[in-house]
Amino acid sequence: MVKLALKDPIREKQMFFNRAAILFVGVLVLIGVLVLRMVQLQVWEFQTYQTRSDHNRIQVQPLAPPRGLIFDRHGEVIADNRVSSSLAFVTERIDDLARMMQKVSVIVGITPAEITEFEKRLFRKRRPYEPIVLRDALNEEEIALLAVNRHEFVGVEVIAEQIRYYPFGDLLAHAIGSVRRVNEADLATLDQVRYSGTRFVGKLGVERFYERSLHGEVGYQQVETDAHGRIRQVLDIQPPIAGHNITLHLDNRLQIAASAALGQSRGAVVALDPRSGGVLAMVSQPAYDPNLFITGMSGNEFGEISGSKYKPLFNRAINGQYAPGSTFKPVVGLAAVVNEVTSWDEVIHDTGAFRLPGQKRLYRDWSWRTNNSGGQGKVDLYRAIYRSSNVFFYDIASRMKAEQLIDFSRQFGFGRNLAVDVAGASVGLLPDPIWKKGYKGEIWYPGDNVNMGIGQGDLLVTPLQMAMVAATLANRGKMVRPRMLLASDSMLIEADTRSSLPNISGPSTEDWENMVSAMEAVVHRGNKGFRGNGTAWAYIGRDISYRMAGKSGTAQVVEIKQGQEYKEEDLEEFNRKHAWFIAFAPVEKPVIALAVLVENGGGGSAVAAPVAREVIDAYLLPRLAVR
Amino acid sequence: MLLLLLGLIVFYGLVVLFSAVDQNQSLFQAQLLRLGLAFIGLFIAAQLPPRLYVRWAPFIYLAGVLLLVLVLLIGVTVKGSQRWLEIPGLTRFQPSELMKIAVPLAVAWYFHERPLPPSFKDVCVALGIVAVPAGLIIMQPDLGTGILVAGAGFAVVVLAGLPWRWMAYVALGFAAAAPGLWYTLQDYQRQRILTLFDPESDPLGAGWNIMQSTTAIGSGGIWGKGLLEGTQSHLDFLPEAQTDFIIAVIAEELGLVGVLILLVLYLLIISRGLFLAVSAESTFGRLLSGALILTFFVYVFVNIAMVSGLLPVVGVPLPLVSYGGTSAITLMAGFGLIMAIRTHKAW
Repeated sequence: MVKLALKDPIREKQMFFNRAAILFVGVLVLIGVLVLRMVQLQVWEFQTYQTRSDHNRIQVQPLAPPRGLIFDRHGEVIADNRVSSSLAFVTERIDDLARMMQKVSVIVGITPAEITEFEKRLFRKRRPYEPIVLRDALNEEEIALLAVNRHEFVGVEVIAEQIRYYPFGDLLAHAIGSVRRVNEADLATLDQVRYSGTRFVGKLGVERFYERSLHGEVGYQQVETDAHGRIRQVLDIQPPIAGHNITLHLDNRLQIAASAALGQSRGAVVALDPRSGGVLAMVSQPAYDPNLFITGMSGNEFGEISGSKYKPLFNRAINGQYAPGSTFKPVVGLAAVVNEVTSWDEVIHDTGAFRLPGQKRLYRDWSWRTNNSGGQGKVDLYRAIYRSSNVFFYDIASRMKAEQLIDFSRQFGFGRNLAVDVAGASVGLLPDPIWKKGYKGEIWYPGDNVNMGIGQGDLLVTPLQMAMVAATLANRGKMVRPRMLLASDSMLIEADTRSSLPNISGPSTEDWENMVSAMEAVVHRGNKGFRGNGTAWAYIGRDISYRMAGKSGTAQVVEIKQGQEYKEEDLEEFNRKHAWFIAFAPVEKPVIALAVLVENGGGGSAVAAPVAREVIDAYLLPRLAVR
Repeated sequence: MLLLLLGLIVFYGLVVLFSAVDQNQSLFQAQLLRLGLAFIGLFIAAQLPPRLYVRWAPFIYLAGVLLLVLVLLIGVTVKGSQRWLEIPGLTRFQPSELMKIAVPLAVAWYFHERPLPPSFKDVCVALGIVAVPAGLIIMQPDLGTGILVAGAGFAVVVLAGLPWRWMAYVALGFAAAAPGLWYTLQDYQRQRILTLFDPESDPLGAGWNIMQSTTAIGSGGIWGKGLLEGTQSHLDFLPEAQTDFIIAVIAEELGLVGVLILLVLYLLIISRGLFLAVSAESTFGRLLSGALILTFFVYVFVNIAMVSGLLPVVGVPLPLVSYGGTSAITLMAGFGLIMAIRTHKAW
């Protein structure tokens, strides 16, 4: 049977109407869904999306405050700010990053280290279209080349910002310290809000100590940006507040003179104004150019600086810890007088060697080799200072109780950082029986007194501490704290709140004058034959036009075995003795007190004293000429 | 009536577009010109007797399929898809656009002489007519247009009386096959679907568009930020603001009210279209009018649902409002057909 399919127009039309009606209902339902969705987004969740929209377009950008400037005492800018241009990539606008990097590197030099840093930043969290810095400190030529070829560098931006600039480079590196880039570790400790726009933070020296005042207060601008991060308009601005400007006691001209006086030698000079404790000069050589750490340097350059065996990054002035050698003798002498172990009148016969009662060990004098006949002959405290007789000090030190010597010495600030605002200064070591028992597990032997008598043994001091000793001697017992800050444009949060130091107790005015005059003899007593001259006279005393007091020191680096002779030329560079000289001038009314250390330099009088003379000349002669 | 509504919606669209193109005169004028052309296309299509369409339907369809094959062979590749045919020195066009009309035309032609509801065999043949071009388009690959073309053809089949039961079976079958289909998708297509569920998983990449468009819509609120005042649109956060995402501009600048006005206009056009379809005298006229108007609705729904984050992102413009010529011309031609069927009732 064949089923005939026939068209039935009425039925078809009816069915179509049904279908159309059902589908129309479907249309209504779906449009209802859309309306509901719109109501959900625009009415119920309106707040969320409004916030999100504002968040999209409105950005609060931190404005880094200009860092406070640092001036020397004469108003010379020694830490400045300058505008530096850096090259940044907006990666969202660059199709082929590697190719662009290559194209850019044809015009501006880019080191592998910079690429590594860039890649690290690339993976850090950031906003879309936020430029990522690839290289700092573009020079004029590079900026010009980039500008001319701008069309080829879509997505490459040149950003200008203020960075720290040290106009004197390595001259003041150790005196004022420096800022460094804020790194991951800093982010954890720094105030996230205050430092939101800051890329550099004071890491060393004055820059570190006065960081809070120098930094200033961050500002903000509220800007409307488009999706590409371009600023369309500034909606609101709260300008940053510049950091405080500060003026230091530092005398840049003296700093230059001190640096020149040290020349190529490794060592340190710390000069103080004994009246205020103000640090007039603080030199540590070799030094480095702190600007390199701001603008960036190649891995090789950094390796050269940080890996050098001469340690240019090491601040010898405050962190170098050495035995003071004979520069410690004025302290020992005063201790002996105060404790009535000796008097200014007592005379000892210096045979060139000293033996503790009942012991075999022979302590020799420094002049053993130069003057084989041995010893200085008859020596009193005055002569023991200007001749630097070891035997005399062995003797008086051995006659003191350990506590008597140590307690008196402690007043001078050994083993402590008494400076007001010298960040990170080392404290050195003033050994005592308790320390020795705890640290070395040994009792205090009489021999320890003997060693300390000439500033050897476990005793360690920094050039800054020895400059303090010089200042205290210059002040006849009045202690002052070393300080960097001379003035500021307003009260600083770091303002000095430490109490002033007590004066050295014990010595009488006469004791001080006697000691000062013995130290004056070190420099000025001359034309009296080898055994009669001050130790430094031949080197600095012949033509001096003002009165200066000083004391030389020569600190052993390696122990000389019993019975073995010290031969300078046999020793390796780093095993040679350190040369010290402490001094102040003019003797009557001292205005400068200093300590000079020349590492592995040899004899204090021959090597360190001329440096001290040159520095004091530079400071004093112009003043004397004016008068 | 229909013409008036179309005129209204086009005018409304132009107002919004003026804002969306950032008052760019040349872009705006280009669109005006295209819409003018589209209206001319509408009038021409409306003047031709439906008889003519029935006669030409199979040839238009075959020509269209041929062009699609040519696209796959010698088409121009833009953004990874081979969708365009180049007429050297003249212009380039997308044959897939043509199929949005040619396919329902062909299916309506097929059912015109046959008894309805269709037999199983007729349904199979009709689906075949739909599947060939749809498959060719998906191969370009252009999943969005492929589905829309298939939808337009399928609408005819449904209107012709495809039993609901069968549709249920097919739907079940699809649900069962869904995991398998997942693996046939291109990577970017999968990404789009995943993004729908969690746009913030990739805020700078695939999720960007949808996050920015929902933000634009939501921040418009009830009354909107005001024409030309949309920050999402004018600060370039909103992608494709003039084309596929223009509804977000309306929502941001004119608020919920602006969207409702648009939806009401669309609903009126669809109601009027369906009324015209129901009142058509011939099977061909009913099927074709109904299918075209349903396809129109699908465009509207898919576009708005996509921009508001209900459906994955597919390249479907908002009909008669989005910037761009081809789609407007095809749509207007479709409305021309509906009017032709209306005015030539006697046929």
